Amino acid sequence: MIKGLALLAFCFLLGMWCGALLGTWLGIDANVGGVGFAMIFLLFSKEYVMRKGAWDEEFAFGLGFWNKLYIPIVIAMAASLNVKSALSSGILALLAGILPVFIAFGLIRILLKKLKTNL
Amino acid sequence: MKELEVILDKNGLIVAFLFVGLLTWATDLISKKAFNGRVPGSALAIGLGLILGYVGGLFSEGENGLADLSYFKGLTVLGGSLFRDFAIVATATGASFLLIRKSGLLGLVSLVLGIGLFFFLGASLAWAMGYRDVVSLCTIGAGACTYIVGPVTGGALGASSEVIALSIGTGVVKTIAVTIFTPMMAKWIGLDSPGAAMAYGGIMGTSSGVAAGLAATDPQLVPYGSVTATFYTGLGCLICPSLFYLVLSTLLS
Repeated sequence: MIKGLALLAFCFLLGMWCGALLGTWLGIDANVGGVGFAMIFLLFSKEYVMRKGAWDEEFAFGLGFWNKLYIPIVIAMAASLNVKSALSSGILALLAGILPVFIAFGLIRILLKKLKTNL
Repeated sequence: MKELEVILDKNGLIVAFLFVGLLTWATDLISKKAFNGRVPGSALAIGLGLILGYVGGLFSEGENGLADLSYFKGLTVLGGSLFRDFAIVATATGASFLLIRKSGLLGLVSLVLGIGLFFFLGASLAWAMGYRDVVSLCTIGAGACTYIVGPVTGGALGASSEVIALSIGTGVVKTIAVTIFTPMMAKWIGLDSPGAAMAYGGIMGTSSGVAAGLAATDPQLVPYGSVTATFYTGLGCLICPSLFYLVLSTLLS
């Protein structure tokens, strides 16, 4: 368990560091894409450990636990936000949630048509 | 009773585990019984979380939803940025280079198209509704991608709790919309082959919505859609607070 957790922690810290550096470099006081960088590092380190043949249950469990915890964390986050003030813009959530989905359906239709004529 | 109150008050995080566990159990049951498994339990649970956050706000007049009630203060720890970002990184475990190779160029093109489309449409709608600051526009645009990309972007850029709540709400609506409308639109868009499912997964992104929508269309397509959708949130977390934020701020200045 702890091996996977440590690997995750290592990638997380490295990614956050990159995000902070990029933020400083761009002159914004923010962590820019740290989570994304950390995910890329995790992808690479997982591949590396696997190639070395050292990947085992220990790794998988430590990572899998946190992988599964993320929906519960989002639920906790949703319940601890200022939803009351956000509700005044509830229409925006509905519009921005639904309208792009339909435009995306149209885009997929066009893309798939193009692909089929090309193949 | 006084002893129990002290225990609950002292162990906020543990109470939060119990609370979220019970909520998930209840929404799984609702998803199965009331919606026949057609709406993903996770989207329902997050939606119910938002509703409870609203109820908490009614009672406490605070800014932290349910977490302003003292017994639920542990929710700010469990749902705080540290746990959130750490757990999201762990979701990359599901991806691998094998999958990337499998989804290939079609996957990459559809991912970039999809994230760009949802982000800029979401930000434009927020603009139309009166939001003018880049951080809020960026957070809501990211929320239109998925309910994860929204808060990660908002957290990184320092958006207000209200705007982050709005971005999660947008993402949850999207997941449910994708789930419901996919089986209805499947024929019209030509969603009938593994390749089509991959392009669809990359453009729509929201992985629980994609999986549920494909399951209702043709269960055999689920793995193909999920291959590309897996990368959507990660890629979104990378480019929304960086590249897209810069593009937005250049456009607005």
